Amino acid sequence: MHRVSSFLGLALLALAWELAPRLGWINASFFPPLQNVLQKLLEISSTAEFWGFLLSTVRTWTLGLCLATFAGIAIGLFIGLTPGARRYTHSTIEFLRPIPSVALIPGVILIFGSRYQSGVVLITYAAFWQVLLQILYGLNDIDLVARDTARSFRFSRMGFIRNVAWPTLLPFLFTGVRLAAAMALVLAVTAEMVIGSQGIGRGIVVAQASNATAEAYAYVIVAGLIGVAINGLARVLEVRILSWHPSVRNLGGQA
Amino acid sequence: MFNALRKLFVELALPALLFALLYIMSANSTNFYFPALSAVLKQFNLLWLGPRFAADVIPSLERLMAGYLLACIAGIAIGIPIGLYKPLRRALEPVLEFFRAIPPVAMIPLLIVNMGFGNSMKITVIVAGAIWPILLNTVEGVKAADHVLNETCQTYGIRGFARLRHFIVPSASPQIIVGMRLGLSIGIVLMVISEMFAALDGLGSAIIYFQRSYEIPQMWSGVMMLGLFGFSLSVLFRWFERWALHWYDGMRDLERHS
Repeated sequence: MHRVSSFLGLALLALAWELAPRLGWINASFFPPLQNVLQKLLEISSTAEFWGFLLSTVRTWTLGLCLATFAGIAIGLFIGLTPGARRYTHSTIEFLRPIPSVALIPGVILIFGSRYQSGVVLITYAAFWQVLLQILYGLNDIDLVARDTARSFRFSRMGFIRNVAWPTLLPFLFTGVRLAAAMALVLAVTAEMVIGSQGIGRGIVVAQASNATAEAYAYVIVAGLIGVAINGLARVLEVRILSWHPSVRNLGGQA
Repeated sequence: MFNALRKLFVELALPALLFALLYIMSANSTNFYFPALSAVLKQFNLLWLGPRFAADVIPSLERLMAGYLLACIAGIAIGIPIGLYKPLRRALEPVLEFFRAIPPVAMIPLLIVNMGFGNSMKITVIVAGAIWPILLNTVEGVKAADHVLNETCQTYGIRGFARLRHFIVPSASPQIIVGMRLGLSIGIVLMVISEMFAALDGLGSAIIYFQRSYEIPQMWSGVMMLGLFGFSLSVLFRWFERWALHWYDGMRDLERHS
């Protein structure tokens, strides 16, 4: 029963997409029926170009996200564990964080042109803040008794990070990386579309410019599927790695 | 008095230091792409404190506000019934999951095909991107409403609009506002990108125009304006948040200290 109702929504959407252009409610040359789009999708998925696009989008995404995560953790730990550093950096972080990462587009075009590094820089900037903020929230959440115990036992700085801070941080880090992953995909596609580096976004723009509307829709579906895959992967990893954590333990019991 | 001064110093020390460093280091810049900060500031003064503010910033702001408000209204209005009725939620969850996962920028070319280059296209792009965090957070917030309060409402026969107004919306509002904050930053990004694609005015189109015509100090001054734009909106939003959720913050403080 559960399965049936969750397919119902998708089925209705597919039906509407198929019928609306066929019955002439919307112009089929701007909004082709689903069947044509899926056919086109099959067609392009047998070309080397398509897989090249997919690979470079995923590569840009991975590189940017990894850089942002490492930088976020390192700088977050530094700011969070250095006495006074948080107060002095607070205003700077609050000023830089809301600056939209797309503001960097002209700058990266000048430096990297249409190479994939442009996308990596945009992603790193946008994703970095998500990770940094979660790390700072997480460090605030460290159990005071655990912290004082570690101090009494004269834990070294590294020992404190590994045994006390890290387990507390991990769920926060996951939230940050999950938010950052979704944002990173948006920026990977943006960079490809606006700057013109290789990738799915470029595929969409080229298809639209050459009036291959069905192909443009097919690429958008692919972008959506990458997003679904990223969200799914994040959820699986979270349940796996945080299986010991109370917030996930309850969740695992239900599923 | 001394404390206030000290606090001001702590807040301003690092930004001032960074600004001074950048200013001094770029002062004798001969790099064409990274001009001296003083040149950028001069252009900022000429352009953005001058005619460009009304010509570009205001149209951008109008589009953003139109799209963002529509996204808020639609996201909350659609999210509440989905959160309240389980069968509806089950049927729609896979669809929502897919639409949320599509990078909204990817829809710009399709929307251009369907709607042309006008303002309605840009506003639709903003709505199409900003609505998802608001909608999904509304669903989560409504779903997580307190059981005891829910049963209390039932016992007292509070239903329909009164239940919505006095129970559902207030109890979901902290979560809804989290969604609205995410939606705002996505909205700004989409406003800029849709203008970069197709517009005669607006911040995004101005910046990309300067970049294409190699007017580099002007371009950086536009980037600076965009940064200030994002920053001011986030400050405004924090005021709104504090005003709308003051009861909730107070409650949490009480819980923490008890």
